[in-house]
Amino acid sequence: MILGSINPAVLMAALMVAATPILLAAIGELVVEKAGVLNLGVEGMMIMGACIGFIVAVNTGSPIIGFAGAALGGMALALLFALLTQALMTNQVASGLALTLFGLGLTALLGQQYVGITPPRTPRLDLGPLAEIPFLGRAFFRHDIVVYLSIVLVGAVWWFLKYSRAGMILRAVGENHDAAHALGYNVKRVRVLAILFGGACAGLGGAYLSLIRVPQWTEGMTVGAGWIALALVVFASWRPWRALAGAYLFGGVVVLQLNLQAAGVRIPVEYLSMSPYLITILVLVIISSGKGRGSLNAPGSLNRPFHASN
Amino acid sequence: MIRLEKRKEPSKFWRIANPFLAVLLTMLAGGIMFAALGKDPIAAIRLIFFDPIFSETFASYSRPQLLIKSAPLILIAVGLAIGFRAGIWNIGAEGQYIIGALFGAGVALAFFPQPGWYIFPLMVIAGAFGGFLWAMIPAILKTRFNTNEILVSLLLVYVAERILAAMALGLMRNPDQPGFPGSRDLRRYEAAHNAELIANTGIHWGVVAALIAVIFAYVMMTRHLLGFHVQLAGQAPRAARFGGVSPARLVVICLGIAGALAGLAGMFEVSGPGGQVRIEFASGYGFTAIIVAFLGRLNPLAIVFAGLLLGLTYIGGELAQMMLQIPGAAIQVFQGMLLFFLLALDFQTNYRIRLTRGARA
Amino acid sequence: MRHTLLQLQGLSKSYPGVKANDDISFAIGEGQMHALLGENGAGKSTLVKMIYGLVRPDAGEMRLRGAPFAPSQPSEARQNGVAMVFQHFSLFDALDVAENVALGMENPPPLRDLAARIRDVSEEYGLPLDPSRLVGELSAGERQRVEIVRCLLQDPKLLIMDEPTSVLTPQEVEILFRTLRKLSSEGTAILYISHKLEEIRALCDEATILRGGKKVATCDPREKSARELAELMVGQLLTPPERPERPFGEVVLEVEKLSLKSNNPFGTSLKDISLQLRAGEVLGIAGVAGNGQDELLLMLSGELLAPAGQVRLKGAPIGDLEPNTRRALGLVAAPEERLGHAAAPDMNLTENALLSGSGRKRLEKGGFIDWGGAERFAREIITRFDVRTPGPHVLARALSGGNLQKFVIGREIELDPDVIVVNQPTWGVDAAAAATIRQALLDLAGKGAAVLVISQDLDELLEVADSFAALNEGRLTPVRPAKGLTVEEIGLMMGGAGDMHVAHEAAE
Repeated sequence: MILGSINPAVLMAALMVAATPILLAAIGELVVEKAGVLNLGVEGMMIMGACIGFIVAVNTGSPIIGFAGAALGGMALALLFALLTQALMTNQVASGLALTLFGLGLTALLGQQYVGITPPRTPRLDLGPLAEIPFLGRAFFRHDIVVYLSIVLVGAVWWFLKYSRAGMILRAVGENHDAAHALGYNVKRVRVLAILFGGACAGLGGAYLSLIRVPQWTEGMTVGAGWIALALVVFASWRPWRALAGAYLFGGVVVLQLNLQAAGVRIPVEYLSMSPYLITILVLVIISSGKGRGSLNAPGSLNRPFHASN
Repeated sequence: MIRLEKRKEPSKFWRIANPFLAVLLTMLAGGIMFAALGKDPIAAIRLIFFDPIFSETFASYSRPQLLIKSAPLILIAVGLAIGFRAGIWNIGAEGQYIIGALFGAGVALAFFPQPGWYIFPLMVIAGAFGGFLWAMIPAILKTRFNTNEILVSLLLVYVAERILAAMALGLMRNPDQPGFPGSRDLRRYEAAHNAELIANTGIHWGVVAALIAVIFAYVMMTRHLLGFHVQLAGQAPRAARFGGVSPARLVVICLGIAGALAGLAGMFEVSGPGGQVRIEFASGYGFTAIIVAFLGRLNPLAIVFAGLLLGLTYIGGELAQMMLQIPGAAIQVFQGMLLFFLLALDFQTNYRIRLTRGARA
Repeated sequence: MRHTLLQLQGLSKSYPGVKANDDISFAIGEGQMHALLGENGAGKSTLVKMIYGLVRPDAGEMRLRGAPFAPSQPSEARQNGVAMVFQHFSLFDALDVAENVALGMENPPPLRDLAARIRDVSEEYGLPLDPSRLVGELSAGERQRVEIVRCLLQDPKLLIMDEPTSVLTPQEVEILFRTLRKLSSEGTAILYISHKLEEIRALCDEATILRGGKKVATCDPREKSARELAELMVGQLLTPPERPERPFGEVVLEVEKLSLKSNNPFGTSLKDISLQLRAGEVLGIAGVAGNGQDELLLMLSGELLAPAGQVRLKGAPIGDLEPNTRRALGLVAAPEERLGHAAAPDMNLTENALLSGSGRKRLEKGGFIDWGGAERFAREIITRFDVRTPGPHVLARALSGGNLQKFVIGREIELDPDVIVVNQPTWGVDAAAAATIRQALLDLAGKGAAVLVISQDLDELLEVADSFAALNEGRLTPVRPAKGLTVEEIGLMMGGAGDMHVAHEAAE
């Protein structure tokens, strides 16, 4: 009865919107991890993007410039992480945590005057007749440009990793940095670039939350989205299209849970709102228990510091 | 050209000097931040770091607060440090803290309004057990399914926060005041109240527990084989396996200790300074404790000082908010910066900077 | 008279505390097979890294075909026709053969064309390869083929080979030599790094010998005896270890039809392993790297658990017991990897003595550590095994390879075991330390302990072993007495060269 009141096309549309922020963050982190770096600061870079994107969009009146600002904001934090882990050889786990704690604090400070404001609206992309197709139009063709951009980005990353020479070098660096160094590749440069890309993606994902999905700025508004994105990379076994599938699966859970809340199911809201986190944990367990297969895909040098000895 | 060169042995000098240097740099960068916010930087720094202890106006209130804020930080950080040493990254102490508080409060509320000397000890046990239980989720998932403990422990924080909200609004809500969210005030229930032991010092049972935990951890890490195995596993996992360390057992022990201590911290807080189960009960001690652990070099004795320092920033932050209208979030930035500077400075513990002629790194 | 291809003049390179290369000069002619000979630490790697552009010399110059040559990175060296086959560290397990080859080339063609060229070239030189296979699934010999093919595709004028035979069976070595001779006859110069003297005498027409960072001689290796070369290389006379005749005792260690999955996704599982080891006996197990040596050691040390009854110590089942329980019963082990497995790099020698000694040396009481006792134990090892170090407070990673190896093996011997299992006991260790270690193992056997030596160094095994077996793809050959075994027979036992034979004949 409750489920019957939910329109599947609307559900599908909402699902794509719910999935986009974590998809963006996850695809960025996927590239970072493929280069052999574990950046646990995704949550911090996301909230940074959410905040900077919001501020820029409100002040310029342009959501597009806002998104650009968000990408830069995410990259700024990522640069800090790159400096620490690549130049100063700090522990990646600790540095990532520091990034998250710092990002949460800094944005709470920066965004103070922006609480309660409505950002400029991001128009949805006019796809003409496509949007009028029954069911499919409502579900897939009435979105803003960022939704499509995120899918294009997944495809681009997939192509880049699989077919381009630069992508092959990036994978090589992540797989065995000593070998890559011995062949004359600049391990640190590759890693710094990957980290920056990851920061930009996380920033975009954060801005999608504050500019489109919510749309508002509140302190700590990412509530764990960055961590879910990290889990998604593991779930995807470092494969781009599987990250997309995972993000949409996750989006489905979120939307369903929100719909159940709205439909007034007799389960308290607090328990329903736990479900995305619990599902994420469950999925992690299932993936990691499949012995070896998933981990075979894990980059060989992931989370290992590289220091050229000569 | 500048290049880093790995030292044959880590520099002892920098290991000890860096935390102090990091605090100084944070003050400096913080001052710049305050200036950018249009506040007097010197006054702000003074207010945060000195006035809570030395000012005649504030000290009578804030000195006892120092122990109240620091005790949970130290208690949690000591547990985390043991795990970090072993390379087990429990970053969900905040969740374990919440669940410990709920377990402790649950016992108290179940006995209400009965008197009895045994109620408080029971709460202590329940609090530790609650935190332990919550930490066992990532521990068991890690050992049984090899699931990443970083992500699971962290995600469980969000779950715990929602359980807390559900409890404050539902099961544990004060039946005498149904209009307000939140449980009964445990400070008004004598058998369950974690009261100040010596008036105006801030010393409550949580402070005592923190002290015991520090001593226990120190002895374990320096004198006991378990502590040796913890360090071995963190530094060289294969050598640890060769030395007979069972990785699974270590995961359970490390997460268990950290969870129990975080649970204790939550229980002492809810039955004392916090007073009741509320939605806003969790104030980030579990995350700040991570900074405390690092600032204390993962050494139980040094963690005491690191805990006091960060406890100070909490109180000083409140003062700065009150007196200079400096936003509360500034303190969070402060704490984040502190960790950054510490990590950044640590490169000179392990590396030496050298100037060379045109060599490639 | 050949034209000079590469001329080195006064090359020097210093690292803090060591002069890795000191004023080294020699020349390599076109199409010449030039050996670079020296012990570990003599400066061979640093020298070739300079030629390959990985390290910049502090002083001196190089000339390639008369023109100044100072590559600032490997790609520059490759563009000038210098290629290098590494001993370690240059392949990517999770990438396929074609991708691995492409990564080592300057301007690789599209992967599909490259795959075809890999097939052609590898067939031509008798080194068949499937371009689409993951490198992680290849055997050590096949992995080396990837490296060689990667170089050949770039038409190198100079091919640097770093210890290429350490991962090959004798038959595979033969095939490699044929390939190298073919290359040389086509005009490619080869700089061949090794410390194996017979090999160099069989292959090279000129040899440069390094010792302690300095050049000690350039000579024609075919005109010198192996002994003369060894003395030039080591700088002193070495005595082979003593081996008193001794009777064997009862069977102390027994493995029965054991199959065990590796704990490493790219590892080799053990298949149907059976062996018996008697008190006082030294059993040598040969094999090319990656054929199950690691797994065999882990299974015996207790780091990889097996069904209880299939591994027996003095008749008692121990297959499912943890390492410390096995130590208590008298079985100790020393794994191949010194830093990170046998010893914790960032811990000092006292702590590393405690690592495996806590039980047998009674260094703990109710879990509380006797640090004084641990330090005494560490000092004992240092004195008895001549470990050169300022004292037990020094970190393990600060010791040289040979000294740390003496410490690690010494530690296990000091535990007074009934059975000791060692893997690659002298790998990367200088000749003097290697002799000490081998002698210590023989002395232990002389006192009645059973010794199991896993090694890829055949000379070493022939020197110490009473009986002999070989590992091949996780299977163990039947154990045979070592006396009277020929290198050919050993090669056949090590196996795995069959397909290369066929391919080579087809190519010719």
